[in-house]
Amino acid sequence: MALLEIQNVTRRFGNFEAVHDVGLEVEAGEFFTLLGPSGCGKTTLLRMIAGFDAPDAGRIFLNGQDLVATPPEKRPLHTIFQNYALFPHLTVADNIAFPMRMAKLGERAIAEKVKQILDEVRLSEMGGRYPADLSGGQKQRVAIARALVDRPHLLLLDEPLAALDLKLREQMQIELINLQREVGITFIYVTHDQGEALALSHRIAVMDAGKVMQVGRPEDIYEFPANRFVADFIGVCNLLEASVTAAEPDALTLDIPPLGKVGAYSPQSLPVGRHGVLALRPEKVRIDSQIVAAPQENHFSGTVRALIYMGDITMYHVEITCDGASGLTIKALLPNSQARGASFFEVGDRVEIAWRYDAGRFVYE
Amino acid sequence: MSNGHGNYAAPDNETRHARFPLPSPLPQAGEGDKGLLRKFHVKHSWGLLLAGLGGSLFLYLPLVIVVVYSFNDSNIAAQWVGFTWRWYDVLLHDAEMIQAAYNSLLIALVASAVATVLGTLAGMAMYRYKLRLLPFLVVAPLAIPEILTGVSLLVFFVLLNMTLGLISIMLAHISFCISFVAIVVRSRLAGMDESLVEAARDLGATPWQSFRLITLPLIVPGVLAGALLAFTMSIDDFVITFFTAGVESTTLPLKIYTMIKIAVTPEVNAISTILMLITLLLVTIASKLAPNAMRGG
Ligand SMILES: Nc1ncnc2c1ncn2[C@@H]1O[C@H](COP(=O)(O)OP(=O)(O)OP(=O)(O)O)[C@@H](O)[C@H]1O
Ligand SMILES: [Mg+2]
Repeated sequence: MALLEIQNVTRRFGNFEAVHDVGLEVEAGEFFTLLGPSGCGKTTLLRMIAGFDAPDAGRIFLNGQDLVATPPEKRPLHTIFQNYALFPHLTVADNIAFPMRMAKLGERAIAEKVKQILDEVRLSEMGGRYPADLSGGQKQRVAIARALVDRPHLLLLDEPLAALDLKLREQMQIELINLQREVGITFIYVTHDQGEALALSHRIAVMDAGKVMQVGRPEDIYEFPANRFVADFIGVCNLLEASVTAAEPDALTLDIPPLGKVGAYSPQSLPVGRHGVLALRPEKVRIDSQIVAAPQENHFSGTVRALIYMGDITMYHVEITCDGASGLTIKALLPNSQARGASFFEVGDRVEIAWRYDAGRFVYE
Repeated sequence: MSNGHGNYAAPDNETRHARFPLPSPLPQAGEGDKGLLRKFHVKHSWGLLLAGLGGSLFLYLPLVIVVVYSFNDSNIAAQWVGFTWRWYDVLLHDAEMIQAAYNSLLIALVASAVATVLGTLAGMAMYRYKLRLLPFLVVAPLAIPEILTGVSLLVFFVLLNMTLGLISIMLAHISFCISFVAIVVRSRLAGMDESLVEAARDLGATPWQSFRLITLPLIVPGVLAGALLAFTMSIDDFVITFFTAGVESTTLPLKIYTMIKIAVTPEVNAISTILMLITLLLVTIASKLAPNAMRGG
């Protein structure tokens, strides 16, 4: 049995469905991420799990028990708010002691636990301070300490790193991963940052407009997007309109309008004529001044129309110009791995590109 | 391809620019703002300052005169003779005056205490349930002309067959003090982070615990400021008190008014000065406690 089960949950605000028929299962010990663009309903879903809001339809189970009638204070889970929500009139130590005081623990035991967790989050000296006198990263750690001190079954985190600067964010990401592994508490993590989601999670649920679009491990979501939205939202992707012209076991032939026949791969057998898109990651496209096509490879020539230098990599926009066909642009990526600085193809250069049949993913609605 | 792989030096700036031609010339940011700022400065300097000074003078000069003449060693207020504490001494031995002061204090204490509790609840309700009508009902008493309030309360008490006296004045004062407290408390709540209450619930507090341990301590400055304001409003009130007072229930403002009908004596100046000091002190404390609410919020 999964730790948390969300069944057909829907939440409406007036006529607007912020969360639509969401079903999810989160296993104990998982680092599970809700990922999606702003306004897709992540916070709304999280608030229903925490108990600040109730679904209009559907049910939520924790440890097999229906949560819907349980008030937030009775749910064995805690939330870390985006702004940390530290109580400004209480010291760091009193903030951390709060959940234990509510649970009526003895003051002696409380003091001991507060001291212990302050050591763990490296804030031993800060117990007497007020939240206003802490830095962003320190507040973050107090919020985590306060939420973990009484060992909840589940921790909900709503974009907890969004307010931090890049360096601190990367450092906190590593701390979060380590922390989650050490304490073994299940995390449900909300973010709209796909890089963060890929880096942190065991599994990700990608959401759009209140619906779950795909659930899977980071590498599955990245490599095998289930639909156009996921392919487009996660990372950079070429999305080439295509329809099936021939489908043999494993092998697929697509028609991509200006290019013509393109080899692809599909685990399922698909009916001829099915329309969809070929999702092709730029890093899977080879680019060079001359390419000898290998078997099982698509091969085209084109012209560099733009290049975007990003330090570690360069992204080329190549317009395919073979057999009179033109107008389709494919992005290809090269790492800038030369020892003495980058070397570029220039805008206007003729180049050749190639990708393996199984490098792309044909997705259809 | 123009460069072979391998022996290629770091790109110099010119080639970088050639790849990404900047849209020429960029609009100069901030130019418009500067112009506006300059204009504002010119306008700001003299006219405003003079107007401000003039206004303050008009407001405060009469008060200064009252204070100064309360120390005047003469029976009539018209001419400065010399310094004396005499009139304050007279005040202390004026039994009627003492009785009026006692009435005023009692009314202000009771009215502000009751209004603070009710006003805090009203302020919280106004904040919590974003209703249209409630804020209107709570704030309206401040906008209704006092004379109307006074007359209607008088009619109301008479209808109820109530004897006019301390009780009727207290009830009247409570009714308008609630508004002040409610407004200050609501603005304090509006400045409070809503997620704090949710965080408290999340960490195991019942609704009542989260109110007592989180909301209340955070709005206490607002509640105190509201209480002080209510106290000042009550102790200073004339019009409404005038209509709702009985024979035996003279308050300080009423007493001053009766005395003035005979003559503006230095004793009136003295009691006015005291009243003014109390008011000033309380309003200052209140504005320290709830700065946002007092700044017209
Ligand atoms: N109390 C509410 N009343 C009306 N609409 C709401 C309410 N709460 C949320 N919404 C709407 O529901 C949608 C989803 O909101 P939600 O806060 O869950 O998005 P989100 O995915 O968390 O976005 P973000 O990344 O910006 O935080 C939004 O369009 C929002 O305007
Ligand atoms: Mg959100």
